[in-house]
Amino acid sequence: MDFADLFTDAGREIFAPTTAAFALAAIGLNFHFGLTGLLNMGHAGFMLVGMYGYAITVREGGGMVLGLIVAMLLAVVFGLILGWPTLKLRGDYLAIVTIAAAEFVRFLGRSSVMKNITGGSTGIRGSDYKEPFESLSPFPSEQITIGPFTMHGTASTSWFLVLVGWSVVGLFALLFWRLSNSPWGRVLKGIREDEDAVRSLGKNVYAYKMQALVIGGVIGALGGVLWSFSAAVQPDSMGRPTTFWLWTLLLLGGAATVFGPILGSIIFWTALVLVRSLAAMFIPETWMAATEREPFSLVLVGVTLMLLVIFRPQGILGNRRELAIND
Amino acid sequence: MTDKATPAKSGKNPKSSKDPFANVPHEPGAPKMDKIIVADHVKRRFGGLTAVDVAHFEVQRNAITALIGPNGAGKSTFFNLLTGFDRPQEGEWSFNGFSLHSKSPAQVARSGMVRTFQLTKALSRMTVMENMRLGAAQQVGENFFRALFPALWRKQEAEITAKAEELLVRFKLDAKKNDYAGELSGGQRKLLEMARALMSDPEIVMLDEPMAGVNPALTESLLDHIVELKKEGVTVLFVEHDMHMVRRISDWVVVMAEGKIIAEGPPDTVMANAAVQDAYLGSHHDTDLFEER
Repeated sequence: MDFADLFTDAGREIFAPTTAAFALAAIGLNFHFGLTGLLNMGHAGFMLVGMYGYAITVREGGGMVLGLIVAMLLAVVFGLILGWPTLKLRGDYLAIVTIAAAEFVRFLGRSSVMKNITGGSTGIRGSDYKEPFESLSPFPSEQITIGPFTMHGTASTSWFLVLVGWSVVGLFALLFWRLSNSPWGRVLKGIREDEDAVRSLGKNVYAYKMQALVIGGVIGALGGVLWSFSAAVQPDSMGRPTTFWLWTLLLLGGAATVFGPILGSIIFWTALVLVRSLAAMFIPETWMAATEREPFSLVLVGVTLMLLVIFRPQGILGNRRELAIND
Repeated sequence: MTDKATPAKSGKNPKSSKDPFANVPHEPGAPKMDKIIVADHVKRRFGGLTAVDVAHFEVQRNAITALIGPNGAGKSTFFNLLTGFDRPQEGEWSFNGFSLHSKSPAQVARSGMVRTFQLTKALSRMTVMENMRLGAAQQVGENFFRALFPALWRKQEAEITAKAEELLVRFKLDAKKNDYAGELSGGQRKLLEMARALMSDPEIVMLDEPMAGVNPALTESLLDHIVELKKEGVTVLFVEHDMHMVRRISDWVVVMAEGKIIAEGPPDTVMANAAVQDAYLGSHHDTDLFEER
């Protein structure tokens, strides 16, 4: 592997469908944490619920529109169930419950009891649910090369998915911008700063937190669906690491900003590929076996998250003046 | 001296031509002429400790009432109970004849009773102006679906902003309107909190230790603002430790000790009450310790 390949690989991550899927899911997390201050530590659970909802509905012949509706409805229900007992309590409780609930969804999905529906630990194959989406593609069904990048026009990780994925991300970034600059968003920011103050001003804090949890969860579910178009529905791909990556890239880009989740996702995935490839090029096999490189690059993700929170908690796009206020 | 604002000047209340407290007996639970808050048999227990046990309590409309008492008297707890931030085990209390029993803090606030906090709750990472706008009631854009369509709330937002600017000028915070609330000094945050509370045109403002942590230079202006509120027809009930402040601005003083109301009266005489002196200083404060040798 030479440097040209390396940069092509890293460059592909800038616009890859998986980058878009994580950006979308992170926009959902931004509604939770950035706007409202909710500590949702189980965002992967929302993604997984969305993936299952869509894939199972389509596999059973429900069609794409119904699939998306089911994915979103499941996320609404999941959000309501999580929020109902915890949103009246302090923020830490939501964190505990969400992390447990996300794991619960994952274990339920991979359990052999549910094998007929969820496919157990092997999950659902892409060919079972991707067809209706891919049939909408206006691109030819062949490899297409644009500049240094070659991708299929229609199937799986395709130019069509790139186009749809980033359009959806753009749409939801717009939604975030609209809502965060509205009186509704202002109430959420107030809740993030001090719930009791907002209560004393006559706002129903519980209802607002629930709305934020549900809307962010629905966006997370759509991120999951988008992700599943370039992969398969596999419960273990949506474990705790996914949630932590989402947090890392949200904090990296800048929480509560419109473009933070997008920029964060792009930098995160590009950097991950760069680190992985550079490790392959420069670290001799005697120091680190090929199988150890993947964990190694993920260790770097953890270190990055720590350094970020310590030295630049407002992220790349965050506001320095806001950071100066620490109470 | 700008002592008690002369009743004749105090604005909208027609009864104010004469001292509303003229015929009120100086005793705990005294009935008032025009009551805005009435509380009966309010009891709040924490385990074995009865923090609040108020048999009867009334607040006169359009007056400044102080709630004082030694540390641990249950003033703040009583305050939290009245505003819905805490629930008593028993009791009934009403505001304007409207029962506030088991109402949430938000419902209490919407009914026209807005409070501030002992530890100021300015929303730090929001600008002063955003803090003010948040105080406004009934902004339709606070509904999720309507928030998506600015045309539905933009006009109202402009009105709210105009009102906020007016209040900020009055509280001398207009120069700070684009600063983050977290950048204000402690005293300015108190002013902001009070101004924010006024955004919803409350009938009564409940101030929990408005002078706590405020530097002396700002104290005077805070006091003037409170007196100003009364002139506008707003009722004020406040908890305070600072006796100087209580004497200067309050029309009526209610003294609590050990969860009960032990005395009521005008500020200049209530402190002379034997029960009050006992509560503050101990019932043997004037006996010589060396008498029994």
